[in-house]
Amino acid sequence: MNLVIGYQVHVLIRKIIDNELGKLNVKFKIHNYSQIEILEELPCTELETLTLRLAEYGIQIKESQRDQFIQKVKNTVTEIICNEDYYSLKLSNVISEKLNLSYGYISNAFSEQTLSTLENYIILQKIERAKTLLLCNEYTLSEIAFMLNYSSVGHLSSQFKKITGITSTQFIKIIKRRNCMTEERS
Amino acid sequence: MEKIHLVLAEDDEDDRLFFSQAVEQLGLNIALTCVQNGVELLEYLENPENKVPDLVFLDLNMPLKGGIACLIDIRKNTALKDLSIAIYSTSSSDQDLEDCLVHGANIYINKPTDFEILKSLLLKVITINHQYDGLTLSKENFLLVV
Repeated sequence: MNLVIGYQVHVLIRKIIDNELGKLNVKFKIHNYSQIEILEELPCTELETLTLRLAEYGIQIKESQRDQFIQKVKNTVTEIICNEDYYSLKLSNVISEKLNLSYGYISNAFSEQTLSTLENYIILQKIERAKTLLLCNEYTLSEIAFMLNYSSVGHLSSQFKKITGITSTQFIKIIKRRNCMTEERS
Repeated sequence: MEKIHLVLAEDDEDDRLFFSQAVEQLGLNIALTCVQNGVELLEYLENPENKVPDLVFLDLNMPLKGGIACLIDIRKNTALKDLSIAIYSTSSSDQDLEDCLVHGANIYINKPTDFEILKSLLLKVITINHQYDGLTLSKENFLLVV
């Protein structure tokens, strides 16, 4: 006996998504049949389970490759900034070598995706590193300037002010007052 | 790139218009939600149906609930721990600036009267805030004064 079937794809998808997400017991919304908004935190393990179960129906969860690439660039910058051994080298060369791509390509892709240039992002990360070092109370600004390979303490302090709008002294004062207040509250 | 969602809490209608026109002219992919006072802002942020915005602009002097009171309430809510808050104020006193940042604001903007200056300040604030994605750059020490 042969049966001929007709079907509606969006009904099928809806049903599958309802069933599979129902099993995980999470609240969600479906937009345009292709975007699922999970309304609560989904642990990584459950996301993996979901990915595997949906794969059985030929449904893939897309993660944009471009997003993944930008994250890789950002992680590389962090790694370089936090490791003093790299400071004697030219940062653009290190980044290019680590990602095995030309610096021009990386820097263009970064500008297209992030509203910032890679240069500015590196400066921002360096200033964040300086903030962390300042808050550990162990180093002077001159020592930090030396550690982060600034040509002088003046260069670091002016870049700090340019990026954050406040001086490093004001920064420390504000964060310390903020921490005191949070402690009092809790 | 994903849409950037901004919320403005401002009681003055002219200021709201001025601000929304500036945002519009930046030509970025931005959705702006406006509320008129602190109570409305808290209602908006605490409603689980609304996604947490990328950045909130908060006027200091508003009826019903002012900027500082909002700041304190927002920072008490753990779900809003990573929300970026920009104070949008006419006061240029160092004391006000410091108090706002100490109470948990990330950004302090001196309200400019010039439209072009407002546009360039907003562009700076939005682009820098965008870099603090919480993954590689934490918002814990994120302070910006423009």
